[in-house]
Amino acid sequence: MTTTENPTPAQQAASDQGELNVGRTRLRKEDARLVTGRTNFTDDIRLPGMVHMALVRSPMAHATINSVDLSGALEMPGVIAAYSGADVADMAGGLPCAWPVTEDMVTPEHKVLAVDEAAYVGDGVAAVIATTQAQAVDAAERVLVDYGQLPAVVDMKTAIEDGADLAHSDLDSNSSFVWPFAMGDIDDAFDNAAHVVEREFINQRLIPMAMEPRSVVVAPMGVSGELTIWSATQVPHILRLMLALTAGVNEAQLRVIAPDVGGGFGSKLNVYAEEVLALVLAQKLGRPIKWTETRSEGFQATIHGRDQIQRISLALDDDGRIRGLKVDLLANMGAYLQLVTPGVPLLGAFMYPAIYKMDAYDFTCRGVFTNKTPTDAYRGAGRPEATFAIERIVTEAAHELGMDPMEFRKRNWITHEEFPYEMIAGLTYDSGNYEAATAKAMEMFDYDGRRAEQAARRDAGDHKELGIGISTFTEMCGLAPSRVLGSLSYGAGGWEYAAIRMLPTGKAEVITGTTPHGQGHVTAWSQIASDALGIPFEDIEVRHGDTSVAHKGMDTYGSRSLVVGGYAVVEACNKVVEKAKWVAAHLLEADEDDIEFSGGTFQVAGAPEQSTTMQDIALATFAAHDYPEGMEPSLDSDATIDPENFSFPHGTHLALVEVDTETGKVELLDYVSVDDIGKVVNPQIVEGQVHGGLAQGIAQALYEGVVYDDAGNLQTGTLVDYYTPGTPDLPNFRTDRTETPATTNPLGVKGVGEAGTIASTPAVMNAVIDALRPRGVNEVLMPASPRNVWTALQTAAANGSAGSGDVQAADTTADDAGADGAQADNAGQAQHAAGDLDSTDSTNNGGAA
Amino acid sequence: MIPASFDYIKADSAEAAVAALGEHGDDAKVLAGGHSLIPMMRLRLAVPEVLVDVSTASDLRGVTDAGDHLVIGAATTHDEVVHDDLVRTHCGVLSHVAETIGDPQVRHRGTIGGGLAHGDSAGDLPATAVALDATMVIHGPGGEREVAAADFFVDYLETAVGADELLVAIKVPKLDGSWSWNYQKFGRVAQAWAIVGALALVNSNGSISEARVGLTHMGVGPVRASATEAALSGASTDAIPQAIEDAAASAADGTEPPSDLNADADFRRHLARVLTRRALEAAVAN
Repeated sequence: MTTTENPTPAQQAASDQGELNVGRTRLRKEDARLVTGRTNFTDDIRLPGMVHMALVRSPMAHATINSVDLSGALEMPGVIAAYSGADVADMAGGLPCAWPVTEDMVTPEHKVLAVDEAAYVGDGVAAVIATTQAQAVDAAERVLVDYGQLPAVVDMKTAIEDGADLAHSDLDSNSSFVWPFAMGDIDDAFDNAAHVVEREFINQRLIPMAMEPRSVVVAPMGVSGELTIWSATQVPHILRLMLALTAGVNEAQLRVIAPDVGGGFGSKLNVYAEEVLALVLAQKLGRPIKWTETRSEGFQATIHGRDQIQRISLALDDDGRIRGLKVDLLANMGAYLQLVTPGVPLLGAFMYPAIYKMDAYDFTCRGVFTNKTPTDAYRGAGRPEATFAIERIVTEAAHELGMDPMEFRKRNWITHEEFPYEMIAGLTYDSGNYEAATAKAMEMFDYDGRRAEQAARRDAGDHKELGIGISTFTEMCGLAPSRVLGSLSYGAGGWEYAAIRMLPTGKAEVITGTTPHGQGHVTAWSQIASDALGIPFEDIEVRHGDTSVAHKGMDTYGSRSLVVGGYAVVEACNKVVEKAKWVAAHLLEADEDDIEFSGGTFQVAGAPEQSTTMQDIALATFAAHDYPEGMEPSLDSDATIDPENFSFPHGTHLALVEVDTETGKVELLDYVSVDDIGKVVNPQIVEGQVHGGLAQGIAQALYEGVVYDDAGNLQTGTLVDYYTPGTPDLPNFRTDRTETPATTNPLGVKGVGEAGTIASTPAVMNAVIDALRPRGVNEVLMPASPRNVWTALQTAAANGSAGSGDVQAADTTADDAGADGAQADNAGQAQHAAGDLDSTDSTNNGGAA
Repeated sequence: MIPASFDYIKADSAEAAVAALGEHGDDAKVLAGGHSLIPMMRLRLAVPEVLVDVSTASDLRGVTDAGDHLVIGAATTHDEVVHDDLVRTHCGVLSHVAETIGDPQVRHRGTIGGGLAHGDSAGDLPATAVALDATMVIHGPGGEREVAAADFFVDYLETAVGADELLVAIKVPKLDGSWSWNYQKFGRVAQAWAIVGALALVNSNGSISEARVGLTHMGVGPVRASATEAALSGASTDAIPQAIEDAAASAADGTEPPSDLNADADFRRHLARVLTRRALEAAVAN
């Protein structure tokens, strides 16, 4: 494992002498406390008089709720109250969706508890409040709900057929919206193309699986009417606003605290029914209420990710140049629209063209309702799906044209001289160097050597095939310019807030509107502020995750915290320095323009003996005995930064897999990633983000996939059935970086939270298919489980022996296909594959021998 | 994920445990390592009214040499089985298999008796026990009785241990130096249950005098690949590679494997054949 070496104490001491903090590993300030268990997670919070909530959840995917009998529960020991959906219907409005992507988007009513109809397995139908959690859970079992089973909508393609069963009885169809986007003359590109390559990919449904379950505690603060909410959330500021609107509470009386939060990956970027319920019931009962999700509940009732059917086609010139790209998506919303559900596939809309130049682009997304857990943002949110599809199809295109897949990419990508480059999807990529990252990755990987090894194995007839997979990805981070969000109809902006409080002792507090939940902001923000203010790293405390401390902010998701929030810290620090310079000039009796600031020292230019420090100025300003006329006696400053553009990390990832063609087992033998995330604040934190991201993206390729049966029952409802990989299942990652600074923020940073996840899924899947290509396999459903690989091999062998050409050997029987419509699609996939290639010059079209 | 309420009895000896079981019968469950029982209780798939905890009963723990066999206390942990000198010397195959169970945390709490008495054919120990022709020692109100491994696994998650009885020990034969073995465990991730597992135990002195194959997760209980075993018996030295290939082809004969998300019955049969061949090849190479 190529983790960054920890500095020795001697190195640390040496480097502390005047060296900048940004750009080098500082051990995380957070970790000593976290790894020794001295934590303050929401579920750790115990308040006097606190009671516990448990929910009764629908065991059916779709059912009328004919009656709810709470009497049995109310007789149980310790029970304080119990409520049906009807009982609480008037206490709060519907759960919010902040992203109405079209004016005519259909939004099902989403009450905090279902009233007349339950729409997925796990939909809440009643709540029980008891003295202990165990009592609440026991009593919830005694709630009798009379359900009337309704047909469950589980397959997206079936769902959009005329006359399909409806996921909600009161809607006219299962379609939420259709969102089109077009640039350039797509008809010209396709009509005049020498080749057209078309595929349909299934981007399966995933479960985010944060280590810490969701949890909420709400405490009414007596006569003042104030309410304090602790929640395991990524978004305390958004939650505060949305709770105020949903529950009809004065926003000024709500204080939301995200204490220690153990991971989110987007699943805690939401406003959940339990948060609203705990709020309104705590108000009603006048007692603190706690609810903590069990892992089984989390599988059902915390948002899922991905779940798209992606039809994608490339129009190509004879020499392999991309002329046009068409994308037609079905995006599974699940049963309801959560906070940003419909916006997730749209974030992907801008990423399908990826790093490739082209003349035309056409995108359409239909949001589809099904009787499944709602989907929403999951690490990468739309961008992993887009990157998977484009990196898969360019690999297929290269194969069909008989080109090396890297050569095909080089022919089409933006060269480093061409930045800034306005992409076909309308974004302007400010910087990047795909050649440099690729060259480094190819060398680390020994690409040519591996190709030779692969060929040698094939020649030897080894049943274990080697496969090499490429992903030359980019993504958009730093969400987001507010005007862009406005143009996409998102309900808020994308600015970020920071403040610096200079304390009399010369120490400082950094207030940030971002909300770390494992990322290490406390350390990184300390590094930034230490350099900017010229005070020691250790003298800085970072305050976050409490709306009464950081009164505003847009929170943490979309790899935005450093790019936007770090930028705000820099700007706030700069304002402090400006004020301090004014005080320094006054105290040194010099002209402000003559004051130079470096390493925490203010000195008069050309007169080094005339100097003072940030610490002295902080104390002098606090004392306020002598400060410049016209100045307020304070160095404190804040900044609200609205980014002018997204940032665009990129990189080249290469995977080497071994596929056991006798068993279908895929082993990832080697993984090389070279990421360009611009400037780096803390290499070790970056390394951690890359490792975790890779694990999560590889998990989609090889291990994870949500399965529902035909009745809408979740079949992968525990960690025994849902295969989240652990350390033994992953190779030692070999990571490196190239660095082209972002031009749109003063730190030159691009964001790294999602890069590994976005890049790795297609790298691994391209490798799996590369391994199996000689056996006639051009597609394997994700996850590439033994069963899915085996089925692809069997199908290819059957088709090959029948003498057909290139076979789309997709799985037609495996149930761990994950996404909707797996079975229905595959017939079509094989069918259109035969007509994919309009030319006759393909040399790799042989199928299985 | 919160179990229903239950009473808890700590049994310091087999005798005490059997007394408690006699009193509570069907309402009671034996708790050892808890790695199967507690998840089932948390999911409320099991709702025992009484737990009889035998995890600290010293007479249920440890390995003793009994001449031609070893006696392994039922509450001996997997980790102890992995590292026990007697087991490693005389029945190394058991250490070899126990090392594949779960992960280190599981192996430090889970017990050999628990893994067998739970009777899950997806577990690694049941197939090992039948391949070893192990003997189960069961203590009940009337004293001890012995049941051959082949008769121990009655049905899905059901063994010969009665509601008022306790599995107290496992007798495994000592294997001399002519035996070699290999276990092929095939699963999705490192700590997952086997989709299929194949254990090969081969007694050879040049030619194969006896071969035994135990299959994991190929039926409601563990099964022996008897057609494969018969086909291999007597294979002469130079014929072994071909004999293994031929014999492994019948590894799934007569099995009725389950279908689930990881594999349907046909894929399981295929895996059983491949894994049996690999296990045999690796065993004879040892």
